[in-house]
Amino acid sequence: MEALFSVTVGVLTACSVFLILRGRSFPVVVGITMLSYAVNLFLFSTGRLTIDGAPILGTNTEYADPLPQALVLTAIVIGFAMTAYSVILAVRTRGEIGTDEVNEQDSGESSR
Amino acid sequence: MWQQHLAILPILIPLFTALLQLLPWGDRPQPKRRALGLASSILTLVFAALLLFNVNQQGMMVYALGDWPAPFGIVLVLDKLSALMILLTAVLALPVLVYGCYAEDNLGSHFHALFQFQVMGIIGAFATGDLFNLFVFFEVLLISSYGLMMHGGGKFRVRSTLHYVLLNLLGSALFLISVGTLYATTGTLNMADMAEKVAQLSGDEAALAKAGGFMLLAVFGIKAAILPLHFWLPQAYSTTTGVVAALFAIMTKVGVYSIIRVYTLIFGPEANELTWLAADWLWILGILTLIFGIIGMLGARDFRLLVAYLVIVSVGTLLATYSFSSVAGISTALFYLIHSTVITGALFLLADVMAFERGKTASRIVTGKRMANHNTYAIMFLVASIAIIGLPPLSGFAGKLMILEAAPVSTSGFWLWGTMLVATLVMLIMMSRTGSKMIWHTLQGKPNDQSAPMGKRVAIGVLLSLSLFLTIFANPVRDYTDAVAEQLLDTETYPNNIIPSRNGEGQYE
Repeated sequence: MEALFSVTVGVLTACSVFLILRGRSFPVVVGITMLSYAVNLFLFSTGRLTIDGAPILGTNTEYADPLPQALVLTAIVIGFAMTAYSVILAVRTRGEIGTDEVNEQDSGESSR
Repeated sequence: MWQQHLAILPILIPLFTALLQLLPWGDRPQPKRRALGLASSILTLVFAALLLFNVNQQGMMVYALGDWPAPFGIVLVLDKLSALMILLTAVLALPVLVYGCYAEDNLGSHFHALFQFQVMGIIGAFATGDLFNLFVFFEVLLISSYGLMMHGGGKFRVRSTLHYVLLNLLGSALFLISVGTLYATTGTLNMADMAEKVAQLSGDEAALAKAGGFMLLAVFGIKAAILPLHFWLPQAYSTTTGVVAALFAIMTKVGVYSIIRVYTLIFGPEANELTWLAADWLWILGILTLIFGIIGMLGARDFRLLVAYLVIVSVGTLLATYSFSSVAGISTALFYLIHSTVITGALFLLADVMAFERGKTASRIVTGKRMANHNTYAIMFLVASIAIIGLPPLSGFAGKLMILEAAPVSTSGFWLWGTMLVATLVMLIMMSRTGSKMIWHTLQGKPNDQSAPMGKRVAIGVLLSLSLFLTIFANPVRDYTDAVAEQLLDTETYPNNIIPSRNGEGQYE
């Protein structure tokens, strides 16, 4: 299970890094969203992976660490809001500048 | 009785004010929002001052949120460093808000609420004693800064905001990864507890914690704008409105604060295999940041861009000085931090009003029309320049002198002397050039008739007079920063104050 989990996180991270390095805002935003998934999975695993463990001490010999679950919830909420914001921002940039290139200096300079 | 809640008041006041400011408030909401905002900033300032006084008198305050004891619940830890940074935030925020109330807040919606959320996030980041809570407060301050940076609109602003947002989202992801790594190895998120656990690590576990620690350095490096991660800053600070840029003068310092906190407490003198994890890196990166700032200043053709590079220079100086890891190093770095935050804030505001009164030439460093209040700005520019360059008699001189004094007699000390003195010379050249172009070499004919309101000038004047204050009271301030540094380096007794079970009570075993 550990191997499958780490490969998943690794592949997600690699894909997101590839997308973030692209020059257009849409792939970058998708990449960042994907990265936040990878991070959430990673955070989840920091309390060690257990199956069938209740997040309460004493009821069972197997137990899961509840803290990473709480952290992941917080991270999901924040990540969700930030994805929405960056999508809106990317759309607005596309509208105002007329291109979704992240770094086109020329068009901006010439139309000034 | 209420004094025990003093620790959380500087966070709660801006929070509730911001919520109130979001209400509709009828046809003309702006005056009410302004009044609320100003009242909140004044109250925050008062309570921040009380807090500092209290912490200085009675020692560290530990505020357990929800009364959950330390290693399990989240605590706010108000030591001398936190109290100092909170007071600095409140001192900067009030004049900046006053400035913003002169119609700057009409450029976009919800300026006031975003401003208060921003202040709350910054103060929370300074107050918390929990690493994940630090992440949450970072997000609070970042989310409001995304909104503030867009304030006023315009396509250059939108694009630089996009860069800023995407970069910081990456930073947040990295923050979570490093917090996760540290939690996996130490099993705690409380910074004081983590410091003890990190000291017990060895072998593979220590290597993992080291990886987490360095990733955390990258995150704070983005916020503090240290060398390879600073490229967002000049563009972001020079395209946003002056009032927002002035408030952001404290934002890089949040990064610097986090570096000081984490790499003194968790990876500090007692951390066994990971002792002073970041010091060598911070030293090199600090000097390189300083050099980059110098080059950037020489290339700046816009006053606001110049001030943005001054921020980078100050960050480089701060980190290089901090990396000496001595009481004198940390203490002088903090003294310089207070000075540079206040002055760069004032300079951003000054650049903004000057740009407004110059009309078409704005803040570009070229010959332009005379300004309506030419002489006032000339004097303010002179005072601000003297302070930021570090000429006697203002606080920059005292700060730089202390840093040079604190530098050890070694190769690293000589490097700091060399780069800092070159930086000072370049600042002198650039400020003289800016001053002569913008203030002396004006076009013939009648001055521009646009005049900025009196209150804006007063706000800048107040910020500048703080430099004078810092010079006159340099000794007590230095005594206090010395005490801060001693408390920071005293990592043996520090955790005992925070975690009740270490206090001999033992009820949470």
